[in-house]
Amino acid sequence: MAKIVIDQEKITDPQALLELCPFDALEWDNDYLSINAACKMCKMCVKKGPAGVFTFIEDEVVIIDKSQWQGIVVYVDHMDGNIHPVTLELIGKAKELAAKVNYPVYCLFMGYNIADKAQELLQYGVDEVFVYDDEELKHFRIEPYAAVFEEFISKVKPSIALVGGTTVGRSLAPRMAARFRTGLTADCTVLDVAENTDLAQIRPAFGGNIMAHIVTPNTRPQFATVRYKVFSPAEKTSSPTGKVTVCTIPKASLVSQIRVLQVKPKEKVKSIEDAEVIVVAGGGIKSSKDMEMLQVLADKLGGMVATTRPLIEAGFADPRLQIGLSGRTVKPKLIITCGVSGAVQFVAGMDSSENIIAINTDENAPIFNVAHYGIIGDLYKIVPDLIERLSSNHE
Amino acid sequence: MNIIVCIKQVPGTSEVEVDQETGVLKREGIDSKMNPYDLFAIETAIKIKEENSAKVSVISMGPPQAAEIIREAYMMGVDEGALISDRVFGGADVLATSYTISQGVQKFGQYDLIICGKQTTDGDTAQVGPELAEFLKIPHIANVKKIVEVKEHSIIVDMDMPHAVQTVEVNYPCLITVEKDINQPRLPSFKRKMATKNQAIPIYSFNDFIDQNENNYGINGSPTRVIRIFSPEANNDREMWKDTPGVLVDRLVNKLKELKYV
Ligand SMILES: Cc1cc2nc3c(=O)[nH]c(=O)nc-3n(C[C@H](O)[C@H](O)[C@H](O)COP(=O)(O)OP(=O)(O)OC[C@H]3O[C@@H](n4cnc5c(N)ncnc54)[C@H](O)[C@@H]3O)c2cc1C
Ligand SMILES: Cc1cc2nc3c(=O)[nH]c(=O)nc-3n(C[C@H](O)[C@H](O)[C@H](O)COP(=O)(O)OP(=O)(O)OC[C@H]3O[C@@H](n4cnc5c(N)ncnc54)[C@H](O)[C@@H]3O)c2cc1C
Ligand code: SF4
Repeated sequence: MAKIVIDQEKITDPQALLELCPFDALEWDNDYLSINAACKMCKMCVKKGPAGVFTFIEDEVVIIDKSQWQGIVVYVDHMDGNIHPVTLELIGKAKELAAKVNYPVYCLFMGYNIADKAQELLQYGVDEVFVYDDEELKHFRIEPYAAVFEEFISKVKPSIALVGGTTVGRSLAPRMAARFRTGLTADCTVLDVAENTDLAQIRPAFGGNIMAHIVTPNTRPQFATVRYKVFSPAEKTSSPTGKVTVCTIPKASLVSQIRVLQVKPKEKVKSIEDAEVIVVAGGGIKSSKDMEMLQVLADKLGGMVATTRPLIEAGFADPRLQIGLSGRTVKPKLIITCGVSGAVQFVAGMDSSENIIAINTDENAPIFNVAHYGIIGDLYKIVPDLIERLSSNHE
Repeated sequence: MNIIVCIKQVPGTSEVEVDQETGVLKREGIDSKMNPYDLFAIETAIKIKEENSAKVSVISMGPPQAAEIIREAYMMGVDEGALISDRVFGGADVLATSYTISQGVQKFGQYDLIICGKQTTDGDTAQVGPELAEFLKIPHIANVKKIVEVKEHSIIVDMDMPHAVQTVEVNYPCLITVEKDINQPRLPSFKRKMATKNQAIPIYSFNDFIDQNENNYGINGSPTRVIRIFSPEANNDREMWKDTPGVLVDRLVNKLKELKYV
């Protein structure tokens, strides 16, 4: 039990004490200082207050035996056996972490008619792929999927579980964390592991305005979700040594209150998330026909055109091409922004791109804080010239 | 039919900063509002109520000030509400928050459908809905983009997946989290404002709950710890090029060659 107790006797200046709390959780009433429900347990009052007034009391917690939990499991995200690339990115990260604490890397692969695909995963250096193949797992339904995940965790006892931040992952991971009464950190952008096997997780919150470093110090497994394109995919190894283990689970565990009536594929547009090169049109683009110029540039570089939100609102492009907080998150190898100011909501969706080139007339534009190569200039002069140079180059 | 909508009060803006000295969020002068994503959840519930005769309740966990958003929900057409508020609940992460709300939900008696927003604009995890469903031992469907049909014992919804839309039917009781854009939330009405002016907002505290173990709530019931918060770093290795357009294009072409794009 942790709590903050107040020594009323030591209070000299109650007004000054009220100021200590950034969350307005302190109340002075009837000559009595109390803490109300707004308290976030940030301990600022303890740290900054006069000695002895606020004391943080924590009973000894029962420390779990972390050595009972070994290994890192990656949940294999797929649709009808087509493995989502976020899975390979998580395997890459899992291998890197596993090397530090001498853990095996597992994959948990559940679905229907997927057994042959499991072999593919071994090429990425996974130690063991656990396969649950059952007709009841054909479509994603939360109860059967959760039942399998639970079965796996109870049997293998992994210390760390990495799940892709996909529709399925974001449904499944919280469900599992609650079932095992353990922590889950959402949308991690940095992951590292300490010697004591605690995962150091860094994630954005407040729409990317704040980064938080989060740990799960005394429960296992440690769950983390990671979005697509945050980490680099695992490299294939020439000599895979891992094995595939086929598991079964009683049918009775796979009952569901959910019936899948229809799965309707969306029309296939190549998404900007998959593009290696992106040319971004921002508010500096004056008319919708100027988009063609950027399309030509994108074609020359083998990439796609995307935009900021104002251009979507102006009807210059399909909403699926919007980058940012209320759009897509991209991590291309190369991104060239043209007339983009660099608002935080935009930057949140592209700042982990490998190479960022920004073209903007305003040298104070915030985009230059994230750009690796900031070009102060008029896009209407630079882009046409560039296209011409690239064309002559090819000939 | 009984519907419960979960709503959260969040800072009025997400443009918050970290106090470099103390490592705590600067909150002064920031007012609060209802999590914008929760407006879609309320609207979904009210629409169902209008078409199928249902009772809609809202529940929120937060400080005493969070009563404001429950009042706002009343003005939108919600029938009942309750605030879950107690010092014991302070410092809760997703697990403790969901668990606490699950205790609060049980105070409402029988329910058919629980609706959550997709995510919040502060903690921004999108995890509370699924964890709440787990604690209540009911199925959930996340990313619902359309209510297809409300039946007597089940609901049919469209779930948005990256490459497909999955239409599913799920039996009550169940929980759904709704996408923004599922509908256009109505504004609070003046008529409702007058009509609900004196409507009470019950507060449930720790003592009202069935589970009386303090270790399951607040910071004690939270497996995660936020060690540090900080502002995102700007990329340090960067170059600024200021020159005539001709020279800039030269350098750009060279750079693209170096990066193997030309
Ligand atoms: C909750 C919320 C969510 C949001 N989500 C998103 C999101 O997902 N994505 C997003 O993009 N925005 C989002 N926004 C909007 C965001 O705050 C900005 O308004 C937006 O990103 C600005 O777009 P821009 O840089 O294209 O346009 P502007 O801000 O208009 O900037 C245009 C830039 O072009 C430069 N320029 C002008 N002419 C030229 C020229 N000839 N050559 C070179 N440079 C030139 C200018 O100097 C300026 O910097 C969101 C906002 C909110 C409140
Ligand atoms: C910077 C920062 C980072 C954090 N990161 C994590 C983390 O990675 N893991 C973790 O476990 N905790 C984390 N937390 C704590 C977490 O944000 C809070 O515990 C919060 O109570 C619940 O999460 P959320 O705001 O992300 O809600 P979400 O899960 O995004 O909310 C989804 C929906 O759940 C409902 N809901 C959420 N909160 C309430 C409420 N209080 N009352 C009623 N309904 C509600 C609403 O319908 C809402 O639309 C973080 C907090 C901060 C400040
Ligand atoms: S712990 Fe933080 S939120 Fe709680 S009273 Fe102290 S300063 Fe305020």
